[in-house]
Formats: sequence, structure tokens, C-alpha cells
Amino acid sequence: MKRRVFAALLIGSAVGGSLRLAAETSNEVKILAMKFDFTPDTVKAKVGQPMTLVLTSMDRIHGFKMPDFGIRTDILPDQETRVTITPQKAGSFTFFCDIFCGDGHEEMNGTLVVEA
Amino acid sequence: MLQPDRRDFLKLAGVAGVTFTAGLFPGQRASAQAAGNFHFVQFSDTHWGFSGPPNPDAEHTLEKAVATVNGLAQQPDFIVFTGDLTHTTDDPKVRRERMKRFREIVSALRVKDVRFLPGEHDASLDKGEAYKEFFGATHYTFDHKGVHFITLDNVSDPAAKLGDEQLAWFAADLKQRKPDDRIVVLTHRPLFDLQPSWDWTTADGAKAIELMMPYKNIVVFYGHIHQENHHMTGHIAHHAAKSLIFPLPAPGSQPKRAPLPYDAAMSGLGTRDVTMADKVTLVELPVAKG
Ligand SMILES: [Cu+2]
Repeated sequence: MKRRVFAALLIGSAVGGSLRLAAETSNEVKILAMKFDFTPDTVKAKVGQPMTLVLTSMDRIHGFKMPDFGIRTDILPDQETRVTITPQKAGSFTFFCDIFCGDGHEEMNGTLVVEA
Repeated sequence: MLQPDRRDFLKLAGVAGVTFTAGLFPGQRASAQAAGNFHFVQFSDTHWGFSGPPNPDAEHTLEKAVATVNGLAQQPDFIVFTGDLTHTTDDPKVRRERMKRFREIVSALRVKDVRFLPGEHDASLDKGEAYKEFFGATHYTFDHKGVHFITLDNVSDPAAKLGDEQLAWFAADLKQRKPDDRIVVLTHRPLFDLQPSWDWTTADGAKAIELMMPYKNIVVFYGHIHQENHHMTGHIAHHAAKSLIFPLPAPGSQPKRAPLPYDAAMSGLGTRDVTMADKVTLVELPVAKG
């Protein structure tokens, strides 16, 4: 069974990524988490354009942290965790798993590429 | 008791060391000094059980470091291991085998007063269960010659948190100290935000630092980042130690936090001698005597 989890997360960061409870946005990107990868591990975004990351784990609990956007949430198996961001600045921003998940945890990361 | 001159100490030690001295006990008073000078050795991130190109010598590096420390002419009062004693594994049986073998290797240390604390590789997958079987409590205090040591566990919670319970314990312990007591905090991960994009933080580390602020003579030794690093949060110095498995790049110096390529001289690896006197003096020790 799949449940939708609406993640209410902190707002505010140096980059100014704003965040709100996800409503249906046309711009959704699914990201799968599985030891020790995010798929896809490069996600494209556009400055000023809201986008929703739909996070699901295929195996165990993982974390999703994007410090530049002040975002962190757990990613649970068989659940969708939705995070909406509106990037305010172009650049490459790292996201990574912040729940230790085994030998390879340190390499479990990806990049959000924000284009102007 | 012996009050070795620092240069004599280095000469007697017979190893090339890099010395780092700082007035890390700025509020130090003569009375505290009278409590006695001593030195201890910090090992960190030995990752017993790791194998791979970042360290083709992984099966022997720890033994070499043990031999080097055993060769110090002035043996330390005690030795502390600041986490990641073993490299992680999903198999609880293999985890215990690694801990057992690690303990055998370090039992060759001449100094028998050895203190351990866990890293996430030891404790995060089973919340410290196997670690406690082999090494006991994951956070505790001890006193040595007038210095109060507090070890903090920021790894048994896989989200890299100290947690409210441990923070309350830490606060209660600190409450018993006077503002100018000499205090050393030992932990695995940086308590401050060293490099958030590489997860070089402790989720609630800022709370621990806040609790430490009223104490004038408090210093932190940690590991996790596999390199020497010295950082101040206000008047509090935080010193990261090298690992004994592979060095990692300087914080933020490259896009990814990947091990640095193997260097047969193992210049990025080592242990550290810490002298506690009116100042804290660090001497970085190589893996093996040159
Ligand atoms: Cu993970």
C-alpha cells in the first residue's frame, strides 16, 4: 500500500529556497532512494520555478538533506515524501542521505542543478 | 613526577612530529596547573575491517601505529580511540568479529588504560548494541590529574544526534564543574557545522556547544573527518585527528567527499600526542617510525 506523506519542513536558507506543503504541482520529480544511491542523482531545476521532489525508499529508511535549502526529511519505504522548493539562485546544490545506512552511506548523494 | 621538557620529549620519542600549540586553556590558573601535567594519545577512525584501494595496507596500518606509540620513550598516561574503531558491515556476526580482532590488536599497547568511544561505523546500524558488548558505555566521564573528561556519543542514533536524554546528562555533569575547571570533551563527529554539505556536523551539536560556553577551560577532541583540523567556536577549540585508514579531502575543497588516493608514505594518517599543561600541545605522530 502506498501512502502519501506531506512533509512540513522548515523554511529559509541562505539560498532562499522557499518551501510549502506540497499541492499538486505540474513540475514533479520522483527520486528513488536505495542503498547507496539516489535515482536520479542529478535533478534539474529552474530559478523561480516551484518543483516538487517525490521521495521514496526502495529498501530501508534513508535521509534526505539539502543544507543549502534548509531541508531535511526521512525517506521511508513504500511512502511518498513530497518536498516543494522554489530555487532562488542558479548553481549546483548537494543533497545526501543523513541516516547512516551502511558501507556506502558516505557516497549516497546527488546534485540539484538550478539553471537561471 | 616527571615534567619532561617538550623538546626532550620529541627527541626521546624518536619520531617526527608536527607540533601545534595554542592557549587553549585561556582561563588557566596556576592552581590548576599544580594538579599536574600529563599526556595522552588519541587514535581515531581505525576502520578495522576496511579493504580497498584507498589503503592497500589496511591489514597492517593499525598494528604499525600501535608499535609506534609503544615506541614512545615517554608513554602516555592513557590512550583514547575517538570512534570508527571498525568499518561497518550489515552482518552482526562480522561486526562482532571485527570488534574482537580490533580489541586483540590494540591489546598490544603498552599502556593499559585505554578508553573507547563509538563512531557511526561501529554503532549506527544496531544503535550501539555490539559496541556495548565489547567496549561498554557509549558516553561516560572520567577524571585524570585534575582534568575532567566527558565522552559524547553522536553516532548511536543513526541520524547523528546526541539526543535530549544525553544532552540533559551532559548539562547535569557540567553543572557540577566550576567555570574554570579543566574539561576535555571527546566525541566522534564535529559538534559544530564544519561542512554541512558533506554532513560534517552533529544534528543537535549546537546545543552541546551552548552548554559548554560558560566553561573557560574546555576543549574538544574528535575524529570522523580523517584529517587534522583546528576550529574555534568562541573560546572553545575543536581538534580533529587524522585517521588510520585513509585521509579525506579538506572541507569543501572538492565537490565530493571521496578518500584521497593512497600514498605509500601514509603522510595523511597517524595518531596524536596531547600534552595537558597550562597549554594544550598537540604532536602529530606518523603511522610508523621513519
Ligand atoms: Cu542512506
